[in-house]
Amino acid sequence: TLRQICTTTAVQRKNVGASGPEKYTEAFIKKQIEEFNLGKRHLANMMGEDPETFTQEDIDRAIAYLFPSGLFDKQARPLMKHPTEVFPEQRKIQWGEDGRPFHFLFYTGKQSYYSLMHETYEKLLNVQKHQDQLIDQDLPVQKEKGNLAGSRWLTKIELEEMLLEKVSDDDYSRFIQLLQKLVSLPCADIEEEYIQKFSKEVPLQLQKVVIEPLQYDERGVAFSTGEGKRKTARATAVVYDNGTGKITVNGIDILHYFPVLQDREQLLFPFQFLGRIGKHDMVCTVSGGGRSAQAGAIRLASAKALRSFVTEKEVEFMRQAGLLTVDPRVKERKKPGQEGPRRKFTWKKR
Amino acid sequence: QLDRGCALHTAARDGLSSVSSQDIPAERPRAVFHTSESDPAKHTEQHEGRLYNIPLEEVKAVFPHGLPHGFQQQIQTFNEARVMVRKPALELLTYLKSSNFAHPAVRYVIYGERGTGKTMTLCHVVHYCSRQGWLVVHIPDAHLWVKNCKELLQSSYNKERLDQPLQASVWLKNFKTSNERFLQEIKTQKKYMWGKQESTEEGRPLREVVEQGLARVRSASDAVGVVLREIKQQSHRGSFRLLVAVDGVNALWGRTTLRKEDKSPVSPEELTLVHNLRKMVMNDWSGGAIVTTLSQTGSLFKPSSAYTPQELLGREGFDALDPFVPIPVSNYSPREFESCYGYYLERRWLQHEKAHTEDGKAELQFLSGSNPRQLDRLAGPL
Repeated sequence: TLRQICTTTAVQRKNVGASGPEKYTEAFIKKQIEEFNLGKRHLANMMGEDPETFTQEDIDRAIAYLFPSGLFDKQARPLMKHPTEVFPEQRKIQWGEDGRPFHFLFYTGKQSYYSLMHETYEKLLNVQKHQDQLIDQDLPVQKEKGNLAGSRWLTKIELEEMLLEKVSDDDYSRFIQLLQKLVSLPCADIEEEYIQKFSKEVPLQLQKVVIEPLQYDERGVAFSTGEGKRKTARATAVVYDNGTGKITVNGIDILHYFPVLQDREQLLFPFQFLGRIGKHDMVCTVSGGGRSAQAGAIRLASAKALRSFVTEKEVEFMRQAGLLTVDPRVKERKKPGQEGPRRKFTWKKR
Repeated sequence: QLDRGCALHTAARDGLSSVSSQDIPAERPRAVFHTSESDPAKHTEQHEGRLYNIPLEEVKAVFPHGLPHGFQQQIQTFNEARVMVRKPALELLTYLKSSNFAHPAVRYVIYGERGTGKTMTLCHVVHYCSRQGWLVVHIPDAHLWVKNCKELLQSSYNKERLDQPLQASVWLKNFKTSNERFLQEIKTQKKYMWGKQESTEEGRPLREVVEQGLARVRSASDAVGVVLREIKQQSHRGSFRLLVAVDGVNALWGRTTLRKEDKSPVSPEELTLVHNLRKMVMNDWSGGAIVTTLSQTGSLFKPSSAYTPQELLGREGFDALDPFVPIPVSNYSPREFESCYGYYLERRWLQHEKAHTEDGKAELQFLSGSNPRQLDRLAGPL
């Protein structure tokens, strides 16, 4: 397993249970919960809704309405959630009044980890015993392939969250190896439940996206629509079949609307990729943004519209080529104390 | 180089019209895009979309100053001048062939979007006329006369007008190259005084007037005026046909960027050259035709999307040129595009491997929008 050298900020921000002395006492947390419930009822009253049926979503909407914030980072905005979500889970004190620890593996230092390994190994032995029994009884050994492509194991961060203690890379890899060994045995179906605690579904990208069917207009020509955006430009494209490759933007021919070659190349790209340059006609409307942004927006819109004309495999190719992804780059905000988003003021020595 | 089999015709020197060229059956099978019909008189609809060759000597003689810059570079690269036969040109040629020269001269205005081939159509017609033995008055770009003029002299002939010696002398030189034999034949009908001492007697060949203009640069514009007036009067009589070919005729009625010494703007009527040219373009003479092109690229103070005669000529110009026969020129049709593409391929102008494939061709067609100028620019770096 490769060690991730650079992780995303979201990952780094996860707060594992405090390994030091307790920061929040139980009484404190209880008080926070009471305050939260009271505050929830007040908020419901303020918004004119029923305090009994005020859900978390309603709370979020109310807070966003009462404290509007223009910050980009959603987690920096004002937030009102149940204290168990806000304060990270902690371990309670592991030893009693006489100083004796509760857990038998406390003195290993990583008690939850070792107890987990212990349990998993127990299950493994169980499965092996079951397998031996079946062989003794000369019964056929069935081997069903479970979810191969659709699942993945827990990541190290998720495991740490579950165990509430730090897990090193080596330990994590050993745990995963053990799980894989368990799954590879033929009679692992018995322990299916236990294994599912440590695996997660990975939905394929494409399953989320629904490809619309073709529509037909009055003349019987098939067409489909698509929308795209880039920076501040928004575009809608209607792609017709049985065409000559003519493209009209806002009622103007592309040669006149995009005098620059680069923009026309951007428009050409989806058609060229699918090899359908002279086969489709297109009528699009675009607004906002500049010259390049409008070209990028129309490109995305036309690629999305072309999905309906094309097989699934080619749609996957398009996605991998980057034709169907929204370009997330926007103008970065200027910071105070600097001249621009990155440029600092000229440094004078004196 | 391919041997066309046509005798070299130097329009400057000898006589009369076209030596017809025959298709040589033994020539190498050039693909469908070419035709060895070198004489515009013989071009018909079946030649449409094909390219024909003009021998280089003819080019130098007939077009000393008329061809667009890009085309001149292409001639230098490929070492031959190939012009495509297109529908607007064929239309014009049929009109010219069937026009009655006893009637006043008909005006034709070639208009179209940028880069669709108006100037090339004009050059095609000029070539035809010079082959037929007409006297050709070809002004390559009227916009050159209304902007960027370094010297403006007050005209000696008419106190209110302004002369442009440089442009006039350049034009006279080119006119001389293209129409040498006519200059010998046409005689002046009046006596003209150039300043206090020099004068040209009645009955002298026009060539003397031209040389006078070239020698005395100060009176070059007046020389131009004299030449034009003489030609107009004499074509009436019918001894020769006259073709007035003006490129960028909308310059004659727009505004100018020139200023007088007291910083007041100059209007086109105040320029001698423009004044004389306007008289030529009026249809009050017979025995020839006037073919003009509208051009947005050199025009001043006009938006870049304007291309119809109404917009570019303005009120004044439209009234002055009205009635005229409009001839629209559009982008390449698929067939024309194919032949242009085939020509580039054959001359190995398109070096990129992908350019040889069908996909490459479709890409070129899409990106250039079948616009001749765009296609030329695209194919350049490839």
